[in-house]
Amino acid sequence: MILRILFFALFLTSTATFASSATEAALAEDPVAEKRLQKLSEELRCLVCQNQTIADSNAELAQDLRREVRTMIKDGKTDNEIVDFMVTRYGDFVLYRPPVKGITLLLWGGPIALLLIGLFALQRYLRQRAKRVNEAEHQLSTEDTRRAEALFKEISQK
Amino acid sequence: MNRYYWILGAFAALVVLLSVGLGLNPREVPSPLVGKPAPAFSLNILDTPEKTMSPKDMQGKVWLLNVWSSWCVSCRAEHPVLVEFSKKVDVPLIGLNYKEVRGDGGFDMSKMPADEEKTLAFQRANKWLSDHGNPYKLTVMDLDGRVGIDYGVYGVPETYVIDKAGIIRMKHTGPISPEILGKKILPLLAELNK
Repeated sequence: MILRILFFALFLTSTATFASSATEAALAEDPVAEKRLQKLSEELRCLVCQNQTIADSNAELAQDLRREVRTMIKDGKTDNEIVDFMVTRYGDFVLYRPPVKGITLLLWGGPIALLLIGLFALQRYLRQRAKRVNEAEHQLSTEDTRRAEALFKEISQK
Repeated sequence: MNRYYWILGAFAALVVLLSVGLGLNPREVPSPLVGKPAPAFSLNILDTPEKTMSPKDMQGKVWLLNVWSSWCVSCRAEHPVLVEFSKKVDVPLIGLNYKEVRGDGGFDMSKMPADEEKTLAFQRANKWLSDHGNPYKLTVMDLDGRVGIDYGVYGVPETYVIDKAGIIRMKHTGPISPEILGKKILPLLAELNK
């Protein structure tokens, strides 16, 4: 049982680790720099395999970009400088979390807009439904009741 | 009845959204480099390895920079188009050979010394050009792909149109088809050369 738990823990950690190759691991001496690299890599998109960050991907380009980020960390660049370096070359698309600006408005505002449209439609529907229910339950006027009873009588007499 | 128009309208909107959205090419990432100066580099020339070339050397000319490699399959597809282009159009076409050896994937780079990589890269590039024809005025060798990063290269082949002032005016990712050449690149070159 303990062994099984151990294996499970091992599995969890192995899937969570950084997709770096053996040559890269050799370069990782400084744990602080490595942590920064990992954090930055998780913010940057791999342009070859577009749904992966450069931390997850083992594509050639992701390896190159990680190497580039590592060099910049060694050179004492700030996180902002490193991200800017990537954006000037690959555009906003390289950011896993796109910035909020004119062109990304639909992306960020879209879900909220859809939610609002949904709420509006729901409210409209509920109102109309309430109106219809009310109409159906609404009693006939005394005049109409008398006419209806007269008609029933006429039918039963025949 | 009114209700059904709503649903129909929403459905039509969805159809329009999807038909536009799915028609786009997700690999086509707009380059932030368009409108900016071509990044500087100084790289060894394939034919004359002792010499280097830099974008400054092309100042005053409209030129094309084409990123290629012998391991790149799509490059083979666009190559005849480039050869044809170089015969007909008087615009210098510069080749940027991208990671000739280490991009191949078939080599263990941790075991290969730098000079061996260089020799092998030049050999392979030369062989490929003699096999398939050489449309390039010259080719420069970006062995480690560092210049490729400056140019935002992520999928070879890529082609840049650079104007007389050294500004990137267009970037095309992927192989150039005769259609793209005729409809996009040639008109732009004609306009820039006016």
